[in-house]
Amino acid sequence: MVNDRLRDIGEFVPSADDDMIICRCEEITKGEIRKAVHDGMFTLTEIRRYLRCGMGLCQGQTCSKHVKNIVAKELGISPAELEPATSRVPMRPIEMRIFANEAKEVRSDE
Amino acid sequence: MNNCADVVIVGGGIIGCAAAYYLAKTGSRVIVLEGSEHIGNGGSSRNGGGVRQSGRDARELPLVMYGIKELWPHLSEELEVDCEYHQNGNLRLGKNEKHREILTNLAEKARACGLDVRMIDGDEVRQINPYLSDEVTVASWCPTDGHANPLTTTLGFYKMARRMGVRFITGEKVLELRMVKGRLRKVITENNVYEGENILVAAGYKSRDILGTVGIDVPMTQSLLECLVTEAEPHMFDQMLGTAEADFYGHQTKHGSFVFGGSSGYEGCNKDNGTPISNSITAPCICRGIMKYFPGLADAKIVRTWAGWSDKSADGVPVLGRIDEVPGLYAACAFTGHGFGIAPAVGNQLAKLITTGKTDIDLSELHYNRFKAKI
Repeated sequence: MVNDRLRDIGEFVPSADDDMIICRCEEITKGEIRKAVHDGMFTLTEIRRYLRCGMGLCQGQTCSKHVKNIVAKELGISPAELEPATSRVPMRPIEMRIFANEAKEVRSDE
Repeated sequence: MNNCADVVIVGGGIIGCAAAYYLAKTGSRVIVLEGSEHIGNGGSSRNGGGVRQSGRDARELPLVMYGIKELWPHLSEELEVDCEYHQNGNLRLGKNEKHREILTNLAEKARACGLDVRMIDGDEVRQINPYLSDEVTVASWCPTDGHANPLTTTLGFYKMARRMGVRFITGEKVLELRMVKGRLRKVITENNVYEGENILVAAGYKSRDILGTVGIDVPMTQSLLECLVTEAEPHMFDQMLGTAEADFYGHQTKHGSFVFGGSSGYEGCNKDNGTPISNSITAPCICRGIMKYFPGLADAKIVRTWAGWSDKSADGVPVLGRIDEVPGLYAACAFTGHGFGIAPAVGNQLAKLITTGKTDIDLSELHYNRFKAKI
């Protein structure tokens, strides 16, 4: 989809609930997300890379819908038009010594 | 909107964004066309964050040294974003005599270019970074190297360039460049036609096909590189790390997480699904590699892994500068997996080259016409 980043989305207008924390893992507020949209971050992937929301322990499983709604409202589009940011392996945080076992032979005494 | 500009940049990665930023500062009108849906979606957002000079080929050293001296120190302030730039040195690690040879050779060449880099033994390595295992017996040490956050740096250049009026358009895949009366003029996309007095192609591996439409071929292949990141850990060290064989690199971020990159050995022949996808064998292999260097990190949890294409030049250094056969054409591609740290200098010098015809740093050894047959 052709997306002109100079298109007019209006000025950033401060709001009473801008201090509300949306991404709890990384402690990112609604105001920071709204400001990022006005800095040109028009996709959820860009928002995530710019602010780290959705990059913490839960990997966005808690806040991604809220972030999507906030960004869509700021851009004046439907949330359905925004692609979610890519989910990444592993699905749960996993210790390095466990993750590293992929190539280990399974021994009978284990 | 007007589809004409002084400069049309093909590729919205860190090179394109940095060039756009420095061009906009000179007053040039710039359009940036990005094929994917996101700014900085290729290697710019997928690398390990190294801002280093040591370990680099002598041909690209002067340019990266210029960036580290002149641009990186005040980049966060300039871009109004935290680039998380740390200049706490780079340890390039080795475990055997072969590694010592590789590192010594690189260090000697870098010293000849005026870089402060020296060889140190295992004990001195552990004085600098006490968490490293006894397997490390040798390293090169460059105190002026460091690391930064590729995500905020790339998007910071984008934000500031956009603020100065640069028109970025994403989802705009370039199909073809076209000459008009002996000079490059048009950029044809799936949906539109753009026109520029000058055109810069900085589209990673895709630059090859795009430059090919005006008869220019840059010898490069693509290679899939992978990284992983841990949960936030207590602060351990600030250096950037690499190895003699360039098979492992990483650092601890400001956030506390460790970002490590590595390889499985199959990087050059991974399946291309059209999008970079983590291979199931690579991240575990990186973990095994990390634990040999840092036994203390065995219980650190991996929260995310990712992959990205690197545009691998036939001779290991990028193709940069003016393309003489096609007046109006400039290229910046084939960064071979180490394009992030050098990107501000590349953008800065290309902007200068395009607007004044001159550069502060001699780019002639990175010219595209250097590729000659072997006999």
